[in-house]
Amino acid sequence: MGKMYEVSNKYHEYKDYTREFTEVGRSIPRLDGAAKVTGKVQYTDDLVLPRMAYGKILRSPHAHAIIKSIDFSEALKLDGVYDVITGADCPIPYGIVPHNANEHALAVGKVRNWGEGVAAVAARDEATAEKALELIKVEYEVLEAIVDPRESLKRDDLRIHEDAPNNIAYEGVQVYGEPEKALEESDYVLEQEYYSSYVNHAFIEPQSAIADFDNNTGQLHLYATCQVPHYTHQQLSKVMELPMNKIRITVPLIGGGFGGKGVASQADFCSAILSRKIGRPVKITYERSEVFATNNGRHPCYMKFKMGFDKNGKITAVDFNNIMDGGAYAGWGIVVLFYTASMVHIPYMVPNVRFEGKRVYTNKPTCGAHRGLGGVQPRFAMEQMLDQAAAHFGMSPYEIRKLNAAESGYTAKSMMYVPHTEYKKCLDEVVQRSGYLEKHGKLPYGKGIGLSGGYYISGTSYTLYLSYKPHTVATIKIDEENGATVFCGATDIGQGVDTVMAQMAAETLGIKTEDVKVIPRDTQISTFDLGTFASRLTFATGWAIRKAAEKVNAELFPVAASMLQCRGEEIAVKDGMFYSIYEKKKKHVPWSDVVTMYIESNGPLTCTGQFTPPRRKGIQQGGNIGHSPTFGFSAQIAEVDVDLETGKVNVLKITEAGDCGQPINPMSVEGQVHGSIQMGMGQALYEEMKIAPDGKFINPSLHDYKLPTSMDMPEIDATIVEAFDPSAPYGGKESGEGPIQPTAPAIFNAVYDAIGVRFTEMPLTPEKVLNAIKANKAK
Amino acid sequence: MKKQLITLDINDQLYQVAVTPMDILVDVIRKEIGLTGTKKGCGQGDCGACTVLIDGKPQLGCLKLAIACQGKKITTIEGVADPVTGELHPLQKSFLDHGAVQCGFCTPGMILSSKALVDSTPNPSKEEIKRTLAGNTCRCTGYILIFEAIEAYVKARAEGEVK
Repeated sequence: MGKMYEVSNKYHEYKDYTREFTEVGRSIPRLDGAAKVTGKVQYTDDLVLPRMAYGKILRSPHAHAIIKSIDFSEALKLDGVYDVITGADCPIPYGIVPHNANEHALAVGKVRNWGEGVAAVAARDEATAEKALELIKVEYEVLEAIVDPRESLKRDDLRIHEDAPNNIAYEGVQVYGEPEKALEESDYVLEQEYYSSYVNHAFIEPQSAIADFDNNTGQLHLYATCQVPHYTHQQLSKVMELPMNKIRITVPLIGGGFGGKGVASQADFCSAILSRKIGRPVKITYERSEVFATNNGRHPCYMKFKMGFDKNGKITAVDFNNIMDGGAYAGWGIVVLFYTASMVHIPYMVPNVRFEGKRVYTNKPTCGAHRGLGGVQPRFAMEQMLDQAAAHFGMSPYEIRKLNAAESGYTAKSMMYVPHTEYKKCLDEVVQRSGYLEKHGKLPYGKGIGLSGGYYISGTSYTLYLSYKPHTVATIKIDEENGATVFCGATDIGQGVDTVMAQMAAETLGIKTEDVKVIPRDTQISTFDLGTFASRLTFATGWAIRKAAEKVNAELFPVAASMLQCRGEEIAVKDGMFYSIYEKKKKHVPWSDVVTMYIESNGPLTCTGQFTPPRRKGIQQGGNIGHSPTFGFSAQIAEVDVDLETGKVNVLKITEAGDCGQPINPMSVEGQVHGSIQMGMGQALYEEMKIAPDGKFINPSLHDYKLPTSMDMPEIDATIVEAFDPSAPYGGKESGEGPIQPTAPAIFNAVYDAIGVRFTEMPLTPEKVLNAIKANKAK
Repeated sequence: MKKQLITLDINDQLYQVAVTPMDILVDVIRKEIGLTGTKKGCGQGDCGACTVLIDGKPQLGCLKLAIACQGKKITTIEGVADPVTGELHPLQKSFLDHGAVQCGFCTPGMILSSKALVDSTPNPSKEEIKRTLAGNTCRCTGYILIFEAIEAYVKARAEGEVK
C-alpha cells in the first residue's frame, strides 16, 4: 500500500504509520474517570466564586404575547436583591448562525414561546431571587399561538417574526440531475409521507453559567456548560459590545450535551449582563423546566418522499419535500434544513435528487442541533421505503441495500466525496450475527426483525461565518516539569475526547497516554477549536495533534540520534523510549532524558499543528452543508416483540455493526454506540414534547417526558468492523452520531415484520400500535 | 423563613449547618456543606442524580428535607472510596474499567444505588440490577456497560478477588 501519509521530515519514514499502534486502539478508561466516580470533578454549578450572586430568569406563561409593560420596582425593594434586567438591557440579537441571528437574552417587545425569558434577577441567594421573580409584574397582550408549521405557513396575517412572510424562516431548493424525468422513467415509484417527532436531548446536567465581570479591567470571565465556546465567545462579544480579547470562556466538565449545549444559553448572557451591572460574579443554573423551555432539540419534520427504482431495484431518483417545525427562533435552523437535504445522498447512490424544504416558525421552544442532526428524520423515512421497495421487487431488505450502497471513493451528486466506507461490511456483519435472513418474514405474528443502515458526517467543511481559518489548532509543550502537555480547545461533553486526544498525542510522541496532559475547554489557555458538533473532533483534533507531535519528533529525533550514536532514520520511539531499530537492547534512551538534553542544549520546545478541512467545488444553494472530510457508517438490526394485548413494543435486541475507521478507544466507541441506540429508541418509542394548541408546554419534566430507563434497554450486540480510513489521522472517524441514524427505522421495520403495519409517525406509542392491531382484526 | 442549626452525619463526619425547614437535602449537601459530588438534575425526584444513601438505603436528596435527616447516617459519593487512602472502592473501579462512565453526571447516583444493592444482596440477578437502576437516569451510556460493571464487581467479589 505504500506510505499512507505525507510526512513532515525524514525521521518519520521509519516510524511505522501502519496499523501497528501502541496507544491508539487501546480501551483506556477515561483519564478523568477516577475523579468522576468519586465525585471530585467540578461541573459549572459546582463552582462558587467569592461574593457570588445567584440569578433567576422570569419566564413567560404565554406562547405568543406582546409585552405591554414590566414593573420590577417591588422586586428591587426586596432585601437581598441586587438588580433586575429585562429585554431593554439586551437589545442586540444573537444567534449561532450570524446572518439570521434573531434571539435575545431576554424577550424584546414580544414573547414567541412558552417559557421565553422576560426578566432576570440577581440576588444574595436563590431563594431571594425566586421571591423577587414573584414580585415582577408583566402585562401581556396575549396573541393567538401557532403550533403546527403547516398551519403557520398559511398565516401571513399572524407573523411570529415581522420579517418572515408566511412564517418561513428559510427555504431552499436543490436539484441534482433530472429527478422529474428519472421518476417518470422509473419502473417503480414509491410515495410516502412521514412525520418525525419533537424531542429534547434530556442531558442530565441542566445548563449553568457563572459570569465574572471585572469592572477594573473590563474583562469578562464566563464559566459555562457550553459545547461551542468559540461561537458563544463571538456572540457574547456582540451582545456585550466587548472585543473578544476582553472575554474569556472556561468550560468546566459538561454533564452531557448531545447538541443541546451547542448554542449560547440565555443564562450565559443574563449572568454576564447582571455581573457587569452589579460588580459581582453571577451564577444562573436552569431548572429542568427551563431546559425544556430553551430546548434546541430535534426539528420535527413533515416529509413527503418519492423514491424511484429501475427494474433491478436500483435507486433512480429521490424527491424530498420537507416542512420543518423550527419553533420560535432561528438557531441552527438553516443548517439543519440543508443537512436533511444532504443526508439523502449517502449511504446509497442516488443519481437524481430534488429537495425542497422550508424551515417554519411556530410558537414553540426553538429546535436546533440534536445528535445526528438532520439525518435522523430523512433516514427514518428512506430506510422504511427501502424495505417497501424490497418487498415490491421480491428482494430481501439486505439485498436492496447492498445493491445500492456506495463504496469508497464515491462522489455523490451533491459533490459529497466519500474517501472511505465499509458500509457493506456493516450490513454483512449485522445480517450474519443476527440470523436476519433466517428470521425476516418468518417469525410468528407479534414478533419481528428489522434492518436499517445509516451514516453521519465526521467533521464539517465550513464555519458558520465566512472564514478561512483553521478549524482546530493544537499546541504541544514539551518540558521536564510536565513531560508532554497538549493544549487544544476541544470540548469534552462526556464523549471522551480529552482521553482520545491524549491517546493520539501519545501515539505519535511514543509515550504512554497516561503521561500526556491535556489542557482543553478554555478560550484563553487552550488553542482554537471550532466546537463540539458534526462529530468533528476525533478527525480534526487528530490531524492538529499529529502535526504538532511530528514537529516535536523532528526536534527530538536528532538529539536522540546523537545520544544513541546512530543515524536519525535508524531510531524509533515507543513506550517512552528512543531506541535503535537494529539494536534495541544495546541502544536505547528514555524519552525524558532526550527531552532534558534537548532543553539544556536548545531551550524550550513547543510545537503547533493545525487542521483545515478540504473545501469542494460545484455546490448549489446550501449544498456545502453536509460536506465533510469523511463519514462514519452503521447498520443495525432490531428484534421486537409486540404485546398484542397492550400494543407495547418491546425491543429485545439490537445488533449493530459500525465503521468508525480505526477506533481510537474501542471502549469509548462502544459507549457512543450504546448511547446512540438508547436515544434513537427513545425517540422511536417514548419521547415527545407535548405542546397544547395554545402553545403551553404540557410535559416539561423528566417525569412526564419519557426517557428509556434501565428497564427498557434491549440486549445490544455491537461490533466495530475492521476498517481504516487512510484520509484520517490514525485511520479513525466518527462514532457518536452515525449509530443513532438506523435505530428508529430498524425498530419500525421490525414492527412491520411483526404485525404487518407500516407506521410513519414517531413515537410509536402503544395506543397507535393497539389501534392498528384492532383495525387489522376488523379487516 | 427562620433558620435553625441542625447536625447531619455525612460520611461519618458531623456537620452543623443552619437551614430552614424547607431546605432540601441535596441543596444543603451541595451548597452549605460543599460536597458537590451529589448532583442535581431535575429537583423533582425524576432523574436520580441526587441519590445518597440514608442508613444504607438509596434516597433522593431532592425529595428529602434536610431537617428530617438528623440522626441518620448519610453517605454521599465522597464517602465511597477508602476514607484514609482515597483508593477507589472496587465497585467504583469497575465502573471506570468497564466504560460505565461518560459525562459522569449520573455516575454518583448510579454508584450509590448500585452500592446499596451489592451491599444488601450477595449475588443480584441482572433483573435485580436493572430494577435497582430504574430510578437513575443516564442519557449517555445506554446502561449496558453499567450493568456489566456491576456484574463484574459482584463476580470478582464472589471469587474473593475484591472486597
